[in-house]
Amino acid sequence: MSAFKDAGHLLRFAGLFVLAFIVFLVVRRFVVPKSFGEYGHYRGAAIAEIAAHPAQFAGHQACEACHSDIADAKSKGKHAHVNCEACHGPQLKHADDPSSGVPPKPDTATLCVRCHAASAARPKDFPQVDAVAHANGVPCETCHKPHDPALGAGGTQ
Amino acid sequence: MKISRRQMLILLPAAAIAWEHVMAGTPEAAPNYAMSEHWWSMLIDIPKCIGCGNCVRACQAENDVPDGRFRTWVERYHVHDEDMMNPEVISPDGGKEGFPSVAKEDSGKYFFVPKLCNQCVDSPCTQVCPVGATFVTPDGVVLVDQKYCMGCAYCVQACPYGCRYIHPQKQVADKCTLCYHRITKGLTTACCEACPTGARQLVDLKNPNDPIHEFLRTHPVQILKPQMATGAKVYYHGMDGSVR
Repeated sequence: MSAFKDAGHLLRFAGLFVLAFIVFLVVRRFVVPKSFGEYGHYRGAAIAEIAAHPAQFAGHQACEACHSDIADAKSKGKHAHVNCEACHGPQLKHADDPSSGVPPKPDTATLCVRCHAASAARPKDFPQVDAVAHANGVPCETCHKPHDPALGAGGTQ
Repeated sequence: MKISRRQMLILLPAAAIAWEHVMAGTPEAAPNYAMSEHWWSMLIDIPKCIGCGNCVRACQAENDVPDGRFRTWVERYHVHDEDMMNPEVISPDGGKEGFPSVAKEDSGKYFFVPKLCNQCVDSPCTQVCPVGATFVTPDGVVLVDQKYCMGCAYCVQACPYGCRYIHPQKQVADKCTLCYHRITKGLTTACCEACPTGARQLVDLKNPNDPIHEFLRTHPVQILKPQMATGAKVYYHGMDGSVR
């Protein structure tokens, strides 16, 4: 028994460890977020927080719900698969509340050349023009209606 | 069994912790959207990209991306015939305002390569995060928990595609979320919405009706840096071997 006559020291030490472990558990309980580990080694609630970020682009379905006339005109032309907001920019505010204002009409002088300015770097089969030689400052929409750009396609949009 | 005062003091907090776990229960799932039913990704069709920069501008508008940082950007490659492994790559301001025009084709070829987070399955960025602030969601999107991130930038170094940056104001890691706030509501990403040629397409690999399955069956596709074994799932169609 002589080997264990000082076991009291060890017991006090073990008690200290147990106490420290409990303190650790209590602190951990307060500092680790509730949803941590819900799906993996991260805070599960973060997914919903990121999903709640406000959007800016309405999506072409929202535009077409009201502007069906333009959607019809567009569906027949070369720009059928170009979404509304590709040219008009993000319009969710307008889609949510149309009375909040009319989106400004894009300036064709800068808009069209973004895609159609001639460059040997662009794919060969993509329609491109040297804007100066082609129109010499005449606005694009004088001849090409943006929603259905083929010449003589008619319409006013 | 007799419990002493000391034992009681030890048992009470332990019981409180256990009770908390019992009461927490399972949190409420998001309505109409089940993460387990989706596996998000993107298809980039390089021959369709015209380098207009619409995607870069749309991304910056949608996600408040600070100037000079990019969640998506477009690179223009100029590959010379005689030196295929050393392409000239430019990306002025991420291709946000387009690219300088090339008057007459000299030697070699040009093409545009849109880049974004590859939403890797075995992503190096999530593996190095010391605090669990970045992760792959059950629907396959790599996200950053900006409340948890401490801005150590390990992930910025770890990403082999250079898709992450430290947000200059928030001082936390930031990256493409694949417009998680849009795709969970049935919309496509801002870049796909704004792309005029359909060079970028959001795909859901778990949706059997997604045209991506037919496309992958019938077209050769590549991922970026397959040798890194990142499990990248942004597919590139028509990509040249010189792309890094």
